[in-house]
This record gives sequence, C-alpha cells and structure tokens, in this order.
Amino acid sequence: MMNKRMNKPILDVSGLTMDFGGIRALDHLDFDVQDKEIVALIGPNGAGKTTLFNCLTGIYRPSSGDIQLVCPETGEQTRLNDLKPNKITEKGMARTFQNIRLFSRMTVLENVMIGRHCRTRSLILGAILRDRRTREEEQETVNKSYEILEKIGLAGQVNEFAGNLSYGAQRRLEIGRALATEPFLLLLDEPAAGMNPQETAVLVALIRQIRDEGHAILLIEHDMKLVMTLSDRIVVMDYGEKIAQGTPAQIRTNREVIKAYLGEDVG
Amino acid sequence: MITVKGVTPIDGISAFRRLFSCKKNKKIICKALKRSLLVSLWFVFLTFPIMVIKVNPVERTVSWRWGNIFYVAIGSFVISLLAKAWLVRKERLAARQQAAACPARDSIIHDLLQRPGYRYPLIILFSGVALVFPHLFSTYQANIMTTALMYIVLGLGLNIVVGVAGLLDLGYVAFYAIGAYSYALLNLHFHLGFWAALPIGGLLAALFGVLLGFPVLRLRGDYLAIVTLGFGEIIRLILENWNAFSKGPSGISNIPRPGFFGVEMSLDQAMIYMYYLMIGLVILTIFVVNRLQHSRLGRAWLALREDEIACQAMGIDKTRIKLTAFALGAFWAGLIGVIFAAKTTFVNPASFTFMESAIILAIVVLGGMGSIVGVILGALILILLPEYLRALSEYRMLAFGAILVAMMIFKPEGLIAGVRRTYCFQGRKNAAALQDDE
Ligand SMILES: Nc1ncnc2c1ncn2[C@@H]1O[C@H](COP(=O)(O)OP(=O)(O)OP(=O)(O)O)[C@@H](O)[C@H]1O
Ligand SMILES: [Mg+2]
Repeated sequence: MMNKRMNKPILDVSGLTMDFGGIRALDHLDFDVQDKEIVALIGPNGAGKTTLFNCLTGIYRPSSGDIQLVCPETGEQTRLNDLKPNKITEKGMARTFQNIRLFSRMTVLENVMIGRHCRTRSLILGAILRDRRTREEEQETVNKSYEILEKIGLAGQVNEFAGNLSYGAQRRLEIGRALATEPFLLLLDEPAAGMNPQETAVLVALIRQIRDEGHAILLIEHDMKLVMTLSDRIVVMDYGEKIAQGTPAQIRTNREVIKAYLGEDVG
Repeated sequence: MITVKGVTPIDGISAFRRLFSCKKNKKIICKALKRSLLVSLWFVFLTFPIMVIKVNPVERTVSWRWGNIFYVAIGSFVISLLAKAWLVRKERLAARQQAAACPARDSIIHDLLQRPGYRYPLIILFSGVALVFPHLFSTYQANIMTTALMYIVLGLGLNIVVGVAGLLDLGYVAFYAIGAYSYALLNLHFHLGFWAALPIGGLLAALFGVLLGFPVLRLRGDYLAIVTLGFGEIIRLILENWNAFSKGPSGISNIPRPGFFGVEMSLDQAMIYMYYLMIGLVILTIFVVNRLQHSRLGRAWLALREDEIACQAMGIDKTRIKLTAFALGAFWAGLIGVIFAAKTTFVNPASFTFMESAIILAIVVLGGMGSIVGVILGALILILLPEYLRALSEYRMLAFGAILVAMMIFKPEGLIAGVRRTYCFQGRKNAAALQDDE
C-alpha cells in the first residue's frame, strides 16, 4: 500500500530555503506528499511550519529551492515558486490559517461561496444582465457551498455572520471554505488549536472523511494524540530543518525528535 | 450658549446617577472622569491662543478673555463624558446581544424593504413622489433635487470602491472631472452631442480608474488614501495649468444641455428634463450596483475588504478584482461628470476640488458603507440639508467633520448597515431558494 503511494507524489519540495534578512526560517527542506495521504508536519514553536505553508501557497516567495505540484488526475506538473497565491489555489492546493482569517462580516454561506470563485467564470456583464448561464452558475455555487456546509456541520447557520460563530465552528468553516476551491491537496495549519476534546473528535472524523473523499492532507498540529491517530506519515521540523520523517510509530521513538521536543539529550 | 450650558450638565448628572446604581461601575466612572478631565485640559491648552488671547492690531492691545477657558473646559469635559457613556452603553448592548446569540439584526428600513407587503407599496410611493416632484414644487426645488440625485449616483459609485471593496479612495473627484471635461472638450473640438459624450465620459473615467489602479495595487489604507488624494489633485492641477488643453482656470463655457430629439426647450423645461434624466440614471445605477454587489464579483470585493490575504488564498485574483472595482466606481463618476457639464453648461477646475471628494466620501460613510439604501439616504441628507438650512451651509465643513467623527465613534457601520443576502434551504439540498435583496 505504502509503496504504491510512493510512486505518486502530488507535492514535491526540494531544497526549500527561506531567509528573512539574517534569519533562516527554512533550511534546505525536502519532503513530499503522496496522493490521498495524510501527512503531519510537527515541530516546536518557531520551527518554521507556518513559514513553510506560506512559501507553498505563494504568500512568501522562497529564497531558493523548488516546489512542484502534480495534479493526480491529469498528471500536469507545475512549479509553484513564482506563482501568485490565487494561481496556486487554482492549481488545486488550498489552505487554512493558524490565526483564523475568515471574512467575518460575510455570512457563513458566502464564505464558502468565495471558495468557489476560482471555479466559476461569470463577470461584470453576467452580473448585471443575470443571463441564464450566470443564474445557473450562481445556483450551482449556492448548492455546492450548502453541501459543504452540511458536511462540516454548519448547515444550520448559513445566514449567520462568520465572525459570530464559535471558535471550533470557525475553524471548521475555514476548512469548508478551502474545500470549496476543489483542492486535491489541503493544507491545515493547526486545525485543532483551541478546540475542546469533543470538537477535536468531530474534527478528526471530518479530516478522515475528507481524505476518504479523495483529498490529500498536509497538516500542522501540536496535538500529538491527533497527529499519531490521524497521520500516515509525519515530518518533523526544528529550526527550519527537517530532522526526521516516518510513520507515527517511527517518530514516537525517534531520538532526534525527542531531543527537539525536550530540549536535551535523552539517554 | 446659555441654554446649552444649562442643559447638558443636568443630562450628564442623570446619566451618571443611572451609571452609579451599580458598584462595579464606579471604577469605570472614575477612569472616565479622569480621562475627561485630561481631555478638557488638553482642549483648554489647544484652544488657548484662539479662545483666550484676542489681539487688536489697530489699537495694539491684547485682551485676555479668561472666561472662555471655562466654557471650553466644561464643554469638552461634558462632551467627552457623554461620548464615553455612550460607548460603554453600546458595548454592554453588544455584549448582551452576543450572549443571547441573536443573529445580526437588520435596520428598520431594510426590514421594511424585505417584506413584500411593504416593499412594493414603498417603491410605488417613492416613484410617485419622484414623478410629480417637479410639478408640485418650483423648478428651483427640482434643480436642487437634481443635484442631490447626482450625488446619489456619485455616492453609489464611490460605494463600490470604498464601501464594498474597502479601498479608501480620496481622489474620486478626478473621475468626475474627467467625465465633465471629456464632454466639454469633445463638444468644443468635435461638436459631439450629450448622448454621444455620456458613454464616452463614463468609459474614459473607467479607463483612468484602471490607470490609477495599477500603481496603487500594492497600497492599502492610509497609503492608498494619500496616493489617490494626490491623483485627484494632479488631475485638477493639470486642468488648471495646461491652458492649451483645457483653457485653464477660466474653464470652458457654452456647453450644450442634453437634447431631446431636437426639441427646443425653455430653461425651465430643460431643468425638468434634467431632473427626469437623473431619476432614470439613479434607477439604472441602483439596478446595476445592486446586481453587481450580489454577484460573484461583488462577493469577491467584500472578501477583499475583509481580508486581502485570505481572499488571495481562496483563489481570487486580487489585481483583477481591485482594477474592476476602481473602473466600475469611476465609471459612474464619469457619467455624472458629463451630466454636470451639461447641467451647468460650464466647467472649470474649481468645481473639482478635494471638497467634492470629501462630500462624496462623507455620503458613503454617513449612509453606511456597502449599503445602497444607506448611500441614498446619506446623499439626500448631506446635499439637501445644507440647501434648506442655509444657516448651516456656512459651517458645512465643520458639520462634515463633526458628523464623520461622531459616526466613526457611535455608529461606524453608518446610518444603515449593509445587509447580506440571506438564503433559505428547505431541508433538501437542491431546494435552495434565492431571496432577492434591496
Ligand atoms: N515575515 C517574517 N519576517 C521575519 N521573520 C519571520 C517572518 N515570518 C516568520 N518569521 C520567523 O520564522 C520563524 C518560524 O516561524 P513560523 O511562524 O513559521 O513558526 P511555526 O513553526 O509556525 O511556529 P508555531 O508552532 O508557533 O506556529 C520564527 O522565528 C519567526 O520569527
Ligand atoms: Mg505556525
């Protein structure tokens, strides 16, 4: 099973380096994500995980290195380094943010509808004339967004302002919004942060469901229980470098990892 | 002055008695009192040179009006306290509302417009009044109303840029000027008529909107405001100084009024014709702007206003969305520019100062950013009030400042907050029913 997956990387990062002035936030990072797999990215605070996400999604321009995205269906390969964030999303990789970035004065449904923007076409004339194509497209946007809201359990709050949702619901809505862009790879930045155990359990089920529906997931998380139960593979970072990677069982016993987390040499 | 002095402190005291009823409030009140004291001292200091010292250059004497200090101190103290009390009250209300977890409440006007039982009668009533207005009142009144209608369209145009897309544009008057001068110049050189110049003026302004948009794509907030302000001034200075092109400060006169299939019209008739033309244009603008706001494009603008980074990460091309906002906002200013030139039959750069941009922005902010009904109300209030309260018109600038500051503090969402379209789903996912809005 694992071997079969290994043949099909959809995200391939090699030698990725990111410098902020004198600070090297990412240092020659290599890793990949296979189709339909859940990869967890862990590491102490300030290890550079969010910076990596920002480089992958075009918010930062990496200093050097190479990011390749391969569409699993068409096999089309794209170098992401110089693409704008919206182009990258269009290519099939969407993300959530560590510090929630919802459109808080728009409704829950509209937030998800925004995600459909890059999969729809209508423009100024369509908006003004509201011809049949535009109406159909709009109806489809509403329907698909509603389906996503049902999936993430927010169908009861479609007309609520996103800013008025509970914290856990906001995190799920961010996932829903990203799903609406029809990604084959979903990047989640600490999706369980600030959630209570019940909310986390719901989230775990949701992430599993998303994977089973055919999306690959790369997630940053500090909740080790979640990481160990959910992920197929784990990549560990510290000071911008990859210090280990492997299955949860391998990582649990890895010396380097324990050292990075406990800050000292154990045994 | 005397009445004000007599009334406000008493109001303040009664407000305080209410506040003091709870022990927890005492700390807040002490803090507020201290703050207000500081504020009043600061105001005394600031206004000292103008309020206290009075120099008589003829007699070469300086009189010291020490009494004024007390007025300033007491006035600013009371105003500061009242403002604080209002804010506290508002916070409590907001907290209570959140505790009750009630959904965002619509304003009364929106509520009325949403209900079909009221919506259509209201619309019919308004159109009825609009239709008979010039016949009920004098042409002079119709003329004032025409001006107000022009500002409604300008406000709705700027609302796209500032209210919906969240791009603070202080140079909006430039597009207005471009519209006006394109008609004036096209008519001067090529004898182009009003109806041909109207779309050209709009499109030219939209083009300039895109041209301005490019260099300011990366700017946000204050920086954007300053650059657009500069752009507005540049256009005005060009018109003022490039004599060969625009005839400089003396302007261009004898611009023909809009024609109506070659019918000869008296001045009064022309005014009334202009009025109906504006009514038509306002309806068209409302229709178009409403549809734009509730479209894929409109949602993208809103998202851009809310969070630029998230907006991009969700696959929205920021550049394109910003440029369309600038262009579509500028378009209406261009149209109204042409109409302005035709209405006054004369254009000169003095009509396109920063004051105009400020008024239009005030309309948008006062009315409610992103709300069409709000902008209409804002335009009617800000344009008609000074006309009917002649006494106030001298203090227009002051009133604007006061109104804007007060709005920012007490009701930052404007008189009427923009509402979002609501959807209702009857259980099954395919039964999505669209409800129309505004
Ligand atoms: N825009 C920036 N400018 C300068 N330094 C930055 C910038 N963004 C991140 N850094 C630095 O890069 C390092 C990595 O930060 P990053 O946010 O990626 O850590 P993280 O692994 O996501 O941590 P956490 O688990 O706390 O979210 C930090 O030292 C941070 O200060
Ligand atoms: Mg982080």
